[in-house]
Amino acid sequence: MSRQKQKKQNQKNRRGQAATVRRVLRLLGSYRPLLVLSLFCAAVASLLNLAIPLLVGNAIDRMLGPGATDLPGVLRIALAIGGCALAAALAQWLMNVLNNRMTFGLVYRLRREAFGHLQQLPLSYLDSHSVGDVVSRMMTDVDQFTDGLLLGFNQFFTGLLTIIGTLVIMLTIKPEIALVVILITPLSLFAASFIARRTYAMFRRQSETRAEQTAMVDEYIGNHKVVAAFGQEDEAQARFDEINNRLTRCSLRATFYSSITNPVTRFVNNLVYAGVAVTGALLCIPVGGVSSFTVGRLTSFLSYANQYTKPFNEISGVLAELQNALACAARLFEILDEPTVPPDAPDARVLEKADGNVALRNVAFSYSPDRELIRDLNLTVRPGQRVAIVGPTGCGKTTVINLLMRFYDVNSGLIAVSGTDIRGITRDSLRANWGMVLQETWLRAATVRENLCMGKPDATDEEIVAAAKAAHAHSFICQLPKGYDTVLGEGGGALSQGQKQLLCIARVMLCPPPMLILDEATSSIDTRMELKIQNAFAKLMQGRTCFLVAHRLSTIESADVILVMRDGKIVEQGSHAELLARQGFYCHLYNSQFDPAD
Amino acid sequence: MKKLLPFLKPYTKESIISPLFKLFEAGFDLLVPIVVKRMMDEGIPAGDRAQIWRLCGVLALFALAGIACSLTAQYFAARAAVGFGAGLRSALFRQIQGFSYEQTDKAGTSTLITRMTADINQMQTGVNMTLRLLLRSPIIVFGAMILAFTVNASCAWVFVVVIPLLAAVVFGIMLAGIPLYRRVQQNLDRVTSITRENLNGVRVIRAFRKEREETDRFEQANAAHNRIQNHVGRISALLNPVTMLIVNGGLIALLLSGAVRVEGGSMTTGDVFALTNYMSQILVELVKFADVIITVNKALACASRVESVLDMPVGMEVLDIPADPSAAGSAVCFRDAGLTYAGNAAPSVSGIDFTVRPGETVGIIGSTGSGKTSVVNLIPRFYDATEGAVLVNGRDVRSYPPGELRDRVAVVPQKAVLFRGTVRSNLLWGNGNATDEELWQALELAQAKDFIQQKPGGLDAPVSQNGRNFSGGQRQRLCIARALVRSSADILILDDSSSALDYATDAALRAALRHLPGKPTVFLISQRTASIQHADRILVLEEGRPVGLGSHAELLEGCPVYREIYESQFRKGGESA
Repeated sequence: MSRQKQKKQNQKNRRGQAATVRRVLRLLGSYRPLLVLSLFCAAVASLLNLAIPLLVGNAIDRMLGPGATDLPGVLRIALAIGGCALAAALAQWLMNVLNNRMTFGLVYRLRREAFGHLQQLPLSYLDSHSVGDVVSRMMTDVDQFTDGLLLGFNQFFTGLLTIIGTLVIMLTIKPEIALVVILITPLSLFAASFIARRTYAMFRRQSETRAEQTAMVDEYIGNHKVVAAFGQEDEAQARFDEINNRLTRCSLRATFYSSITNPVTRFVNNLVYAGVAVTGALLCIPVGGVSSFTVGRLTSFLSYANQYTKPFNEISGVLAELQNALACAARLFEILDEPTVPPDAPDARVLEKADGNVALRNVAFSYSPDRELIRDLNLTVRPGQRVAIVGPTGCGKTTVINLLMRFYDVNSGLIAVSGTDIRGITRDSLRANWGMVLQETWLRAATVRENLCMGKPDATDEEIVAAAKAAHAHSFICQLPKGYDTVLGEGGGALSQGQKQLLCIARVMLCPPPMLILDEATSSIDTRMELKIQNAFAKLMQGRTCFLVAHRLSTIESADVILVMRDGKIVEQGSHAELLARQGFYCHLYNSQFDPAD
Repeated sequence: MKKLLPFLKPYTKESIISPLFKLFEAGFDLLVPIVVKRMMDEGIPAGDRAQIWRLCGVLALFALAGIACSLTAQYFAARAAVGFGAGLRSALFRQIQGFSYEQTDKAGTSTLITRMTADINQMQTGVNMTLRLLLRSPIIVFGAMILAFTVNASCAWVFVVVIPLLAAVVFGIMLAGIPLYRRVQQNLDRVTSITRENLNGVRVIRAFRKEREETDRFEQANAAHNRIQNHVGRISALLNPVTMLIVNGGLIALLLSGAVRVEGGSMTTGDVFALTNYMSQILVELVKFADVIITVNKALACASRVESVLDMPVGMEVLDIPADPSAAGSAVCFRDAGLTYAGNAAPSVSGIDFTVRPGETVGIIGSTGSGKTSVVNLIPRFYDATEGAVLVNGRDVRSYPPGELRDRVAVVPQKAVLFRGTVRSNLLWGNGNATDEELWQALELAQAKDFIQQKPGGLDAPVSQNGRNFSGGQRQRLCIARALVRSSADILILDDSSSALDYATDAALRAALRHLPGKPTVFLISQRTASIQHADRILVLEEGRPVGLGSHAELLEGCPVYREIYESQFRKGGESA
């Protein structure tokens, strides 16, 4: 990257960051009074905490020996310390409570908003972003953002205030000693940042080697059965030990170097302490009967010297945290900024019960502008007709279904259901008229019954069992530990792929809408089972307009219209007999599966 | 713990030196207030500048000695911890390598991977922290108290009150928090899983118009998470203010009782200074100690999980069973064999009873879950038959020494798995001594020669983790080649290993398998009748029971299940979707 480009990039980043910060401040909106109050509490607490060593010093100056002790004075100061301590504790507690309310409240609100937004995002967004990525933005990023932002900000503020307060107090009491502190302290910061830079490289080596080892463990233990079948245990061990030895070496370095930060800062701190002690003690010695410093003051100074480096270390950590928080916020905002699907047209019609007419007129569609997918697709389906879509994997069969369900909208042309352009029908009522069984079965982590009732929440037990029986799912459901009340794990849990598919079929059978979409609905069921549920399917499809996607050609021969797709385009269209007679791509596909085996 | 301590044993020296030097360092830290006290009590009143400088030198020396001690301690702690982790990791890996299939099933691979990685890392940190801090903090706390007594016994009662009080607050809040934090985590997991489920099922959810219901479900979990977070927050918000309050209370008590005694002459100003100094040291250390306890606690939980893996018995027992003369001359002989997987109530297969001649090809067919793989898993003794027996070359499989049986059986598993390395390194798994010529021959038989030849590097072409840089069909063919390289094997098992191949390649593969060099006995599992119809005999399974055994023609005639399967694939499918 050229320097100028980089500069531009930096500028852009900074502008982006500034925008993020402004947005964050807006987001804090209703929390602003709380935030101000929390900062006020932080200020009170840290100032009072700074006052206590001063008071202790004053008390000590009132007990210089027998006869030189001002008992009432000490008592007064003790009361003052008690007051300060109580007020500081109260302020700190209030600050903690306020911070909790803000962070937890913000997390809650952001997640709610993000989830609600996800429900309205177009599928084009969700299809092009991995689930893991979206989940991590909603969970990890939200947590880190709020934590880093509010706590980090608070720590930064407190730290800064403590440093300034300490400096001001020390400078006003005794500038000479304050200078000793100010001069030696940078040593510690310098040492800490030096070590941090050195250890960063070592940590990177360590995590790289660790990742290599994890990958190997993943591969060899995940496939241990194959390793065992080929008797490769010793070779695996040798490879593992080789990586392990390398890991040990860089791990030792990383662990040791990272653990020297504390001793080194403590060392510098101890030097500061000795410096303050000696200058303070020397100043305490009366010169010409007057000493310019007292033992009590020295006590206060030593307290400050002890705590002085701590906020520095904290602040440098906080800055990194704040940067990270902003990055997390930006990732989250990306989701929230994603435009939702346009709402239904105000005059959109509610489709009560579709009559089964479906028409596609000059439909064109592509997922991305640079790659044309469907062009000029025309199709008229009469009620009760069966349309099959066939073609090799990845040819875009599912795209047609995406359009019919309005998961995506056509680029041009129109799709009409019951004579109305589907863009003039509410999405809800359109989808209510379609029943869908997909290849990728989806079951929710809930009971079998709840999963079956998705389309008809008020179904009776008899209806549920009847649907399960029709889908040949009843017998295996009964074998589950709690029958219909068995709770399935996330994604269907322990059920086999075929069983999950049977449940999805039963789900549609329970409440069949007037039109059906079956996308590889039986792909995970073996051919014998498929034959068995054929009758149920036939009954289901009776009188319903039906779109089928399948790659087993034997299951679609009886369709009224077959669309043959290849590379996203419809290359042939017609009945089974017509297409065979045409001797084209369909004929080729059809024959290849019956090729004599030898 | 008994199984884990030996891993620390090679680092006994380190494990003693590290805390010992930490102890020295703590000692220097504790002596500092005494030195300053002497400055105050002797140097300043006497105006003895030389003594003040001397004492300052002592402080600097303490600082130097302190850093030297703590660096030594950190170094040895790191060595012990890292060495401990490395040894444990290697031993655990070895243990897992020795697991039988049943043991792997029982432990679960993802669990084993977590034990190997995250758990051991956590334990390594635990050892490191234990050596460095577990001793230091109590020593400082109690050392401060003891020194307080030497400074002024009559004032030291404050420490006797404050320390237990502080400890009670710090550990009380910590202990109250641990179970709550677990609940916070559970709630968070639930919010995560609802989000993930929602994203995975977005099509179904929108098709069934469940967006609102989903939002409500999420809202409930989200609100529950918020409530528990606030609950935990209210408790942990107390920690800092309350401990500070206690320490400041102690400070006040020290000042007041100190002032009285200074007036009475039984105590010096320096004494008061030293005591107040110890008071603040105690607080810092107690908070650190609470952190260490949490780390150590986590490490202990990991330790018991790792230990449970180390405690599992390894491998399978070799039994002394004499060869059975009645099975002489057979390649594989099933004697009413059955298999019930551990934890299952019903057998997955049972009543398998037939004998296979050397060189015979046996097809096995049946629906998903009918027990096809379970039958062949008995041959290389991946699992032990729970009823009956399985004999290979006339000998019970349980009487073969480990390794020998698996050398005679080559398996192409259902899941086509390759390992990171090169094509060659993967093929050599079959037989480490195979020549390139033999490798190419196996590739040719497995219909994989063409695409390997086209790959840059040929046999040395890289294979990425799990073979991801090859397509499913290519992986399957490479797995077949890997098995064919095993020339010592006289039994070859192909478990549904052509499912990702197109019809033409599948046919060519089957033709090649019929003319294998050495004429091995072949077991062919498939769901496609086309793939097995030319086998010498076909075993038909239904729900774990054999329902037919014979040639294709015989079964079409006499086995209704086989006929149904065949017809479902070869006759017009009719009305199905």
